[in-house]
Amino acid sequence: MNSVRGARRSPAEHLADAFTSGSVPGTVTITEIPYQAMVGVRVDRASDAGARVASVTGGLPAACGEVTGTGSVHTLWLGPTEFMVVAPEEAHDSLGGSLVSDLTTALGNDAGQVVDLSANRTTFELSGSHARAVLEKTCALDLHPRVFKAGTAVSTELAHIPVMLWKTSAESYRIFPRASFADFLGRWILDAMREYASPEVP
Amino acid sequence: MLLISCPNCGPRDETEFHYGGQAHVAYPESPNDLTDREWAEYLFYRENTKGTFAERWVHSTGCRQWFNMLRDTVSYEIHSIYGMGQPRPDIKSTGQSSEPTQPGEFTQAGEFGQAGEPGLAPGAASPTATTPISSEGV
Ligand SMILES: [Zn+2]
Repeated sequence: MNSVRGARRSPAEHLADAFTSGSVPGTVTITEIPYQAMVGVRVDRASDAGARVASVTGGLPAACGEVTGTGSVHTLWLGPTEFMVVAPEEAHDSLGGSLVSDLTTALGNDAGQVVDLSANRTTFELSGSHARAVLEKTCALDLHPRVFKAGTAVSTELAHIPVMLWKTSAESYRIFPRASFADFLGRWILDAMREYASPEVP
Repeated sequence: MLLISCPNCGPRDETEFHYGGQAHVAYPESPNDLTDREWAEYLFYRENTKGTFAERWVHSTGCRQWFNMLRDTVSYEIHSIYGMGQPRPDIKSTGQSSEPTQPGEFTQAGEFGQAGEPGLAPGAASPTATTPISSEGV
């Protein structure tokens, strides 16, 4: 990693110890996944440019909730012509990757936009058998697995702030709050997790 | 709390949306020909309908798309949600069913300021009345 990388501070870095001590292994845990590469894409997915972008991302989601991609690059549906591409840090051009430039090239001069939003949001990973119970304290959506299935992502509100919520597996969620909300949401989730550190009252 | 069915995202809490005021206010054909009064009326004058009202909403926390809604400003019942650019659906029969005057419902008798109790500002509802819905802050 280069020196610029070493100087970076992630939005919830100061909560790292609290995340560790507040996690209850096997029940509910929270970690920050800092610095993921994120690219905002606006393109008509039915257009030629949409097809070129899709060939870089491994598809573009067609409807609310859908997530496309395989391996490490995933694309979340934000709107009918708006998408968020999420990839590991190393995919970013500043660290030897080519995600942003590949997408920019794919769009070319056609209508749309490709914007590097890697610093816009951070990522929280909330996992465990009680992760859904924590989210249900604040999320108005139906998070029951019959409705909210693994592999889908929605933009909604947690603790009254706008987030992207991606269910990555049966008991694991990735939450994307904007950087300025990371402290608030991190502390809110820690507070919501606290009761699960104590024995359950029958 | 209204539960609003976004055409793209499905039912979501009202807090995910923002209100865009009256729908179907057409931009004037030739704005330069308007008098100042006509221009001001285009910009600022809106219906204050009691009953079925066509209005614009945007799903600001979700897909960020605009849509139209037919909503009853008295009962808050949502009669229809339809796309931008589509004409207002005809739902006369539904509108009539929500019309009957019930005890305690706001009724206007005579001129404003003459029917209510003393001390009420002109246009103010009486204390037991349903407050008319304004177009702000819904
Ligand atoms: Zn929506």
